[in-house]
Amino acid sequence: MASQSALAVEASGLVKAFGKTKAVDGVDLAVPPGMVYGVLGPNGAGKTTIIRMLATLLRPDAGHARVLGHDVVAEADAVRGRVALTGQYASVDEDLTGGENLVLLGRLLGLPRSQARTRAGELLDAFGLAEAAGRLVNTYSGGMRRRLDITASIIVIPELLFLDEPTTGLDPRSRNQVWELVRTLAASGTTVLLTTQYLEEADQLADRIAVIDHGSLIAEGTPGQLKASVGAGALQVRLRDPDQRIQAEQVLSQTLGVPMHLESDPAALSARVADPDRVALALAELSHAGVAVTQFALGQPSLDEVFLALTGHPTQPDTATEEDAA
Amino acid sequence: MTATPTTQATDQTLHAALSARTRPPRPSALAASITFTWRALLKLKHVPEQLIDVVGLPIIFTLGFTYLFGGALAGSTRQYLQFLLPGTLVMTVVLVTTYSGVTLNTDLTKGVSDRFRSLPIWRPAPILGALLGDTGRYLLAATIVIALGLALGFRPGGGVVGVGAAVALLLGFAFGLSWIWTTLGLVLRAPSAVSNLSLLVLFPLTLASNIFVDPQTMPGWLQAFIDVNPISHLVTAARGLMAGTATAAQVGWVLAASALVTAIFAPLTMHLYRNK
Repeated sequence: MASQSALAVEASGLVKAFGKTKAVDGVDLAVPPGMVYGVLGPNGAGKTTIIRMLATLLRPDAGHARVLGHDVVAEADAVRGRVALTGQYASVDEDLTGGENLVLLGRLLGLPRSQARTRAGELLDAFGLAEAAGRLVNTYSGGMRRRLDITASIIVIPELLFLDEPTTGLDPRSRNQVWELVRTLAASGTTVLLTTQYLEEADQLADRIAVIDHGSLIAEGTPGQLKASVGAGALQVRLRDPDQRIQAEQVLSQTLGVPMHLESDPAALSARVADPDRVALALAELSHAGVAVTQFALGQPSLDEVFLALTGHPTQPDTATEEDAA
Repeated sequence: MTATPTTQATDQTLHAALSARTRPPRPSALAASITFTWRALLKLKHVPEQLIDVVGLPIIFTLGFTYLFGGALAGSTRQYLQFLLPGTLVMTVVLVTTYSGVTLNTDLTKGVSDRFRSLPIWRPAPILGALLGDTGRYLLAATIVIALGLALGFRPGGGVVGVGAAVALLLGFAFGLSWIWTTLGLVLRAPSAVSNLSLLVLFPLTLASNIFVDPQTMPGWLQAFIDVNPISHLVTAARGLMAGTATAAQVGWVLAASALVTAIFAPLTMHLYRNK
């Protein structure tokens, strides 16, 4: 119990194999309480398996994990009493209505029937699901289902919430709603551990990120640290006239001393800049050469670039296929 | 639904909804199980077609066998019904039990079972609760068989008490049998495999039994099988109870068998469920 205030999740050397495949191969994690922690990785990296071990659904083959100060194997019940899980696939009952789902879970969490009903109504109102409360979940849209799913995890607000790929397959509007929800929850004091295959999502939501690839942790830190570890910033330039791109490329590569990358947008170029001081000079040179720009921005490298630099291969495109073997 | 003008109001309700942080005491094992029974009954309410087997099988079996065999086997359908009805009752309920393994297998493939397993509740509650709900299905099937039988002229000598005792004994046996199917439901990978295999086990057991005819005219080897077939013992006890002639040994054998099957397969089911 003494370590309870120290770390929300503390894992060392976690291993889980399915047959001959090591889905998770020696992962260490340290998640401070009260933050949004992102576990980032491509499909099949082992993210879901990690979450299932931490949520006491899978027993690790090797290694240890403590969640909120309790061992996930020896004190699984104590862990279950403090966390909530929203799985990758809808973890609500599709053959019941939204309202019934929440009352059912409220009862299972120990609320008396009348309180379970009140709480369900309160949550359905707050999450914009009141009108759909009496409909079967299998008639819900993906976004509504996801909101209900997360709602079901906070009937009794957990100290730690596991969210497995909360926005996979959602349209941008639903995704923003889920993000807002996660931020609000975190602000109210719940630690959130989420997995995602979207770099943007980790960047937007997470205070710290663990990057997982092939079952191993390959980097850990704040989004800023991860970006800084790649070393350089990225210069994005967009021209008013695409015909001037060749000319702009010459001027920029000469001034910056690095090769320019021609984007698929015919008016855009980008480059990794080693020396930010030269960037101001480059803008002056462009103007001097009569090249008009509509955008000229020096930003941190994207997490896509970080991932490429860390793993040597890019992240997969958005093929929302099956996750782990689990 | 959450359009911009209402955002502020939504934010307020959201913050209110997120401020409740007291955790109620955990539900008792019984309360959790009954909640799962409620879930099973809600599903029946939403999709009543699921009851088609519990309504259809009893009608088909009772009418079908009575009129198919009645004239040939016993001279009259009414006379045959006195012998057959307890057997039809057993056959119907026993076949309907296979549903429990199929339901569990289907449930486990859905994300919601992960959520149940991550809740701080008594571990067997989801399965026990579902089986209690299934017992309601068995009772419905039994009621239909008996009501139909009475309408056709079945006149049990044991009266209401005898019939009630026979149904209670049958439900106890069905409950024990269900644990075999839940074990299969956890071992096999597809719901169709569960239903196929359980029917494959049940058909020989129900056909090679004393449900339809007295086995005295059968060859010796078949009589030997029927003598050890638990379904025969169940039918004998149910017949005895309904006729008011059951012996303690007949009833005791079935009770012991039901207890034995439950004692083996309930823990096995739970072991498999925990390690799934």
